[in-house]
Amino acid sequence: MLRLPQCSANFPRSIEEAVQLKGRLGSLSSYVAGGTDLYPNMKRRQQTPAHLIDVRGIRDLSSVERSHSGGLIIGAGVTLSKLIHHPLVMEFWPVLAEAAREISTPILQNMGTVGGNLLLDTRCNYYDQNYEWRKAIDFCMKKDGAICWVAPSSPRCWAVQSSDLAPVMVALDARVRLRGVEGERVIPVRTLYNDDGIQFLTKLPDELLVSIEVPSLEGCRATYKKLRRRGSFDFPVLGVAAWAQFSPDGTVGAARVVLGAVGSFPKVSDEAAALVQGQVLTEEVVDGAARAAARPAKPLDNTDFTIGWRKDMVPVFVRRALSALQ
Amino acid sequence: MATRRGIPGETGQSKDKTFSVVGTARPKVDAHAKCTGQTLYADDLVLPRMLWAKLLRSPHPHARILAIDTSRAAALPGVHAVLTGKDLPIQFGILPVSQDEEALCREIVRFIGDPVAAVAAVDEDTATMALELIDVRYELLPPIRSVEDAAKHPSPQLHAYADSGNFHKLVHLEFGELAEGFAKADLIREDLCFYEGNTHLPMEQHAAVAHATPDGKVTLWSSTQTPHYVHRALSKVLEMPPSRVRVIATPNGGGFGGKSDPFNHEMVVAKLSLVTGRPVKICLTREEVFYCHRGRHQALMRIRTGVTREGAITAMDFESYLDGGAYGSYGVASTYYTGALQTVTYDVPAYRFRGARAFTNKPPCGPKRGHGTPQPRFALEVQLDKIAEQLGLDPADMRLQHLVKANTVTANYLKIGSMGLGPCITKVVEGSGWKERFRKLPYGRGLGIACSSYITGAGLPIYWNDMPHSGVQIKCDRGGGVTVFCGSSDIGQGSDSILAYIVAEVLGIEPLDIRVVTSDTDLTPVDLGSYSSRVTLMTGQAAIQAAERVRAMMSGPAAAKLDVPSDRIVFGEGRVFDANVPERGMSFADAVVTAESKLGTIGNVGSYTPPRSPGRYRGAGVGPSAAYSYSACVAEVEVDPETGFVKVPTIWIGHDVGQCINPALVMGQVEGGVYMGLGEALMEEMAYRENRNVVHKWPSMLEYKSPTTHEMCDVITYLIEDPDPNGPFGGKEAGQGPLLPVMPAVANAIYDAVGVRVDEVPLSPPKVLKAIQAKAAGKEPRFGPSSVPLVPWPEATYVPTPAQGGDGKSRPRNTVG
Amino acid sequence: MNQEPVPLIPLARKIPGEFTVNGEHFEITYTGHKTLLEVLREDLALTGTKHGCELGECGTCTVLIQGEPQLSCLVLAQACQHQDILTVEGMADGPALHPLQIAFIEVGAAQCGYCTPGILLTAKALLHENARPSRQQIKDALAGNLCRCTGYIKIYEAVELAAARMRGEHAEPLRESLYGY
Repeated sequence: MLRLPQCSANFPRSIEEAVQLKGRLGSLSSYVAGGTDLYPNMKRRQQTPAHLIDVRGIRDLSSVERSHSGGLIIGAGVTLSKLIHHPLVMEFWPVLAEAAREISTPILQNMGTVGGNLLLDTRCNYYDQNYEWRKAIDFCMKKDGAICWVAPSSPRCWAVQSSDLAPVMVALDARVRLRGVEGERVIPVRTLYNDDGIQFLTKLPDELLVSIEVPSLEGCRATYKKLRRRGSFDFPVLGVAAWAQFSPDGTVGAARVVLGAVGSFPKVSDEAAALVQGQVLTEEVVDGAARAAARPAKPLDNTDFTIGWRKDMVPVFVRRALSALQ
Repeated sequence: MATRRGIPGETGQSKDKTFSVVGTARPKVDAHAKCTGQTLYADDLVLPRMLWAKLLRSPHPHARILAIDTSRAAALPGVHAVLTGKDLPIQFGILPVSQDEEALCREIVRFIGDPVAAVAAVDEDTATMALELIDVRYELLPPIRSVEDAAKHPSPQLHAYADSGNFHKLVHLEFGELAEGFAKADLIREDLCFYEGNTHLPMEQHAAVAHATPDGKVTLWSSTQTPHYVHRALSKVLEMPPSRVRVIATPNGGGFGGKSDPFNHEMVVAKLSLVTGRPVKICLTREEVFYCHRGRHQALMRIRTGVTREGAITAMDFESYLDGGAYGSYGVASTYYTGALQTVTYDVPAYRFRGARAFTNKPPCGPKRGHGTPQPRFALEVQLDKIAEQLGLDPADMRLQHLVKANTVTANYLKIGSMGLGPCITKVVEGSGWKERFRKLPYGRGLGIACSSYITGAGLPIYWNDMPHSGVQIKCDRGGGVTVFCGSSDIGQGSDSILAYIVAEVLGIEPLDIRVVTSDTDLTPVDLGSYSSRVTLMTGQAAIQAAERVRAMMSGPAAAKLDVPSDRIVFGEGRVFDANVPERGMSFADAVVTAESKLGTIGNVGSYTPPRSPGRYRGAGVGPSAAYSYSACVAEVEVDPETGFVKVPTIWIGHDVGQCINPALVMGQVEGGVYMGLGEALMEEMAYRENRNVVHKWPSMLEYKSPTTHEMCDVITYLIEDPDPNGPFGGKEAGQGPLLPVMPAVANAIYDAVGVRVDEVPLSPPKVLKAIQAKAAGKEPRFGPSSVPLVPWPEATYVPTPAQGGDGKSRPRNTVG
Repeated sequence: MNQEPVPLIPLARKIPGEFTVNGEHFEITYTGHKTLLEVLREDLALTGTKHGCELGECGTCTVLIQGEPQLSCLVLAQACQHQDILTVEGMADGPALHPLQIAFIEVGAAQCGYCTPGILLTAKALLHENARPSRQQIKDALAGNLCRCTGYIKIYEAVELAAARMRGEHAEPLRESLYGY
């Protein structure tokens, strides 16, 4: 049986307590909520924190409520199941439920949290393997090694952003609240991510993701299209989130198209957004935007399926996402 | 075959015969335990003072071990023993001709995952830590990455006993006059097909517990499908007499062929227990299960078939190129199986088979559900679909018109008994609305048909001997309870239940009054194991014989007491009574008491040996069976032409099972076979990164894609009952056959949907899309292989067919006249 | 050869813990970094909970925590103290089996039986939420439990049968599910 490496567990009751604990235990420790990302990684020895700071018992992390500005504030510790079935989400932010329902399996949705999904470790065919397997290729630069097996001549790691909620939150222009030893800050979720497989977050290690504020979707439509082998379990090999605000005449006032799982961070296609702005989403307009959005997508040998096919799928899925907004 | 003693009113086997237990749906004898968490699988066993073992495995695909230093591991507190290859120097393997495995590699490691050392410690954490403290120095050797590599690099050899270079096995068989056959053809087609390897993926990871006792005996509990073969191998490797080695197969949490070999970890825990004097357990991780493998061989195939205008086959020339992995396992049999069963569905008057199995530096391949036959079946059934289209024939009708006939002998000397493929085809054609919908559905939707056949038990044992393949012992208690002892192992298919149903049927009692004791080499008569779909037929026949002997023992004393002639005694409804005056009788329990009073303890034995096959040539041992099951399948698909994604909403399957012993279990086997076939058809791949040190691509449950509820199709099942005289009550197999037609039926349906051929399994979206793109670009609308490696084929073994007056033996070609 | 000394690895300290499993209270000491799966199987001898990967990739080890299906391989046992845990051993009410268990037995939904405990518990949670699930809703709920034997079909049929009986309807297995079409 695969087991966790030796570690101690701490169960803080408040955000403040958790952050102080993290400050004290430092880099030997790790926050954990649902555990569905961290524990498999620990069992494979990709991460080996000596101390766990389990934040699931913190009540302040587990609420879903309206903000003063009509947005939605989701506690980072809210489970995906709770998000999916929350009446506010179902009525006013259905795209969040649509995307969360696509994450892993119904059982893991009972365990995994919104915050955990947004902070999901980047994934790779050469990294998400047992210790023994990684040893057989002399490891990779993301853990214990020096090379990126996806692109051996590359100086950087190409592990892939695999969260389903991340592209959606970026498309919705959500903001995240981070609390660290030094205090609290609120940043656009788009700036939470780095284009790097290893340093994929701008969040400081001691910072705890507290909540996510999603703006109102009034007058807007949003969708998420996920590509993967099976209807459950599998991480995305491509995720397309699209959001558009429509003018009364049916033209697009503003739009965002965000690609997941084709790079180390959620890729925003400003070009595609510009192409649909002020337009009615006709087949021609959508096609043009889809081609534009596909250009920066860089599928590599880091997920299931062949690289060429994944590249081919990007315009198809962007087109399907934009068409669904119409 | 068992001699049948007359039951009054029984006139042999016929469809209208009434049974009281056989043919009725009822729960399995172990169902309650399995649904309440009481069934103890190997990893559920705990013994006092038990230690935990872990294996250190090679991180190199091919290397020489220069030195192993275990001193630091041995010094770790909590570690009780460390073993290396020198502690277990005797080689073993499932087939007598390939005793090429070592419990722990002594000099050479041959794949990533080949074990080199073992640790027993107080707990699994300590054992895992100790592995890190074993220092192994290796000298790297160039790996053989593929069949092509093996063809290009005959040396250095992975094994010196290989037929040629790095080809473990080369087969060349020719039956009848191929050239004459092709000369009679109106159409000759040649196709290349590729079938990626895949694996069993049982939900239960292999586990074993060994307990060596101070009296010099050792007991091994293991999740194995073949306790008898493990018993032999263990005795050999431990250098202990078999009488002091006991192997108990625990209920298997899925097998599918993956627990049919004797494994390193079984040898190792037994040795560790002997060395430490304490019980030792091992449970493999999921990654290690991938390294055990012995699943479906990757196969490249060339098939050339001649047919008349009506679609009758005149000659067939078949080649298979198998990637066998690092060890022999069942590989010799697997190789022959890729050429054996092409002849048992449609008449093939002249046939040539050439098969090559390469040694490569990957986990070894062997038997997975359908053993060696899904790959050629895919090639054959896809080619027939192409042929039907070229000839302008309906592929269902074409198959129906050229079926092999019941009670005949094929060109390669396989004796066909009952043959119910015709009704299977008719049923699935009707059920699927084939006539109204085939070639008529809108673009993107399609139907495809394919058929298949499978053995009901291999005609020969794995090691040569004249003993029965299966034995059953029955003991009757004075209280009317009956205990049935048999060496068979239940891997979920219900073999324990079958024993209870059959004995209940013969003795006229309820299955609930029967206790079944199985798969314990100390307690139960030998049964060769749960492989080759042999168990229901062979243990069933042995059980019938044993039960009939018990009935015969009990009839005399009962007749005397009731004062009726003994040939009027009937066993039924828990009673023993006079056929003419049913009220005159006694309970079964009283009948036991009556018999025991007169004869002493009541019990008896039965055994079964399959009929001898007419084939006498070298290689004739693979393919013969007491009976062949038949299946026909129609698959409906929805293809997304933009992505190449294939959805299978429904599969219709007809299966000729001879006679259901328990139809509910047959249904479960058919549905499960379709499931596994669908996984192979659409997504399952046991693949390696050949340019990255030959690592397994994805040894995990997440990345090895097994269909979830979302991918599984609806299954409409038709059970065809055409009793076979060789089967128990007419029964044939159901565990493996229904998987076989699924992959080609799906491939053929894809052609109906979008007009492209994907001659490769799995039929994954990128391949389908490539073929669609090729078609759109005006190129050949196909995705598939285009060449085969160069193989040093041996001279053909030439065998005249029965139609040519052959006697089953091979002979030099020029003496045929 | 590596001449580094044997590291001094502190043997994992055992900690005291209290668990409520199947309504029964347990006070034990156990290794603190164990998952719930390990504690159930190794410290409480409740081996009815099985495991197929220990990485959250198969659903075999599913148990109910506070009535909700969760994977016991990815939960720290420490985090489950004072929570209601239900395993397959606790499904029956004394000698009376749960309707799901009876239905699974009757239609043959357990072949090798290894995924069965996890599937029974996932199905139990489903029927608690939804007394009349459609076939599609059953598929959706069971999409996180892999089964290699059955093709899921007998499992759906068993869940439907149990659901009908739990609603008080008189229901028997369908003839075509046991005998074919």
